[in-house]
Amino acid sequence: MIFITTNKQMKKEKHEIRIWAVLIWLLVWQLVSMRLGSDILLVSPVRVIRRLGYLMGTAAFWKTILFTLSRIATGFFAAAATGCVLAAAASYFQKMQELLAPVILVMKSVPVASFIVLALIWFSSRNLSVLISFLMVLPVVYTNVLAGIGSVDRELLEMAQVFRMPKMRVTRYIYLPQILPFFYAACRVSLGLCWKAGVAAEVIGIPRGSVGERLQQAKVYLDTPDLFAWTIVIVVLSLTFEKLVLHLIKRLACVLEHVK
Amino acid sequence: MKIENITKTFDGKVVLKNLNMEIPEGCITCIMAPSGAGKTTLLRILMGLEDADSGIVTGLAGKRISAVFQEERLCEQMTAVENILLVTPSLAVQTIRQELGKLGLGADDGQPVSELSGGMRRRVSILRALLAPYDVVFLDEPFKGFDYELKVQVMAYVRERTTGKTVIVVTHDIQEAFALDAGIIELRCE
Repeated sequence: MIFITTNKQMKKEKHEIRIWAVLIWLLVWQLVSMRLGSDILLVSPVRVIRRLGYLMGTAAFWKTILFTLSRIATGFFAAAATGCVLAAAASYFQKMQELLAPVILVMKSVPVASFIVLALIWFSSRNLSVLISFLMVLPVVYTNVLAGIGSVDRELLEMAQVFRMPKMRVTRYIYLPQILPFFYAACRVSLGLCWKAGVAAEVIGIPRGSVGERLQQAKVYLDTPDLFAWTIVIVVLSLTFEKLVLHLIKRLACVLEHVK
Repeated sequence: MKIENITKTFDGKVVLKNLNMEIPEGCITCIMAPSGAGKTTLLRILMGLEDADSGIVTGLAGKRISAVFQEERLCEQMTAVENILLVTPSLAVQTIRQELGKLGLGADDGQPVSELSGGMRRRVSILRALLAPYDVVFLDEPFKGFDYELKVQVMAYVRERTTGKTVIVVTHDIQEAFALDAGIIELRCE
């Protein structure tokens, strides 16, 4: 599947989450937890926030975040770069595209749990989330960027050929601005995926000092406040990382639009 | 520039058959023909965008080429100035603005060409071709869509800018050939 975001959509995209809606759902959560009256079944949001506040005051909390964030970010950026390079190569060499097709298909269709178990057999769990987020992002970026290269305006390329524009200039001013919306759409889809799969890998592999380890401990000790607190942390990290990366791509799109 | 025995077919349909012509250098030549006679195909072969099935073209090797295509072929998100700078980065922005003014395209205020009218976009593509360094310029129906006054203005500009250069214009309109003081080569459909 190919995801496309037009240049205009990319710039005009607005947040759809409203504060009032979040507050209503928090209120519902509070009421349900009060009704159930059991912290193990459903802890109240007030307790979760208190627990989160406590965790944030500890050095271990920030070390744990750094551990997971650095690995998932490494996996994401490595996959984004590799996906772009492979797509560029595959668009140039048909045989390369044919060679990669089965690998990409396998990456897309094999369940993430199978990859996690296999990776645990082959490697240590310490950098498991790097590999898993890499595997989640690579096929999406590769497929989309390849489609983006394929959709570049042939008439503009002919114009560049007639005017004998240098290859670097053609890449910078004709290819990149037209491929970027495809890359943006791929990142938007895969950023969420890499966090979900990366943390799931940590929960299964339990690398020491990771967010996944904290979630696993919360499960073992039925520590629901910790479970919810770390889940909130993951959501915030994932959203912040997503916004940051997408913002950088938008800035890049603005720069690429104009001739220097 | 010599075209000898050029033949081109698309999916079994003969578009150009044993075409021979000689195009003089340093002046304007209009290639005239009815629709479907293969004018644009001929231009594409001369520009190096299509290979002929047979025949040869001599006198173009090593020459710098510039062109106005049937379509404007502009980068939509860029301004008029940027579109011209894209192919001729050495030009001063001030010079480009002056030339835009001569064709009735006012100050470039950061408006992308996608927001310009068809006639304005056409003039930008003509300017892009004429401001680029070239030895031979190909103009494929460059004045289409212009009203009479604008056509006269742009044709005068083309004549002024291309003095002493080899210009090949594809057109249906014999009046354009006369106004450009051009030599005429007629292609005929068989």
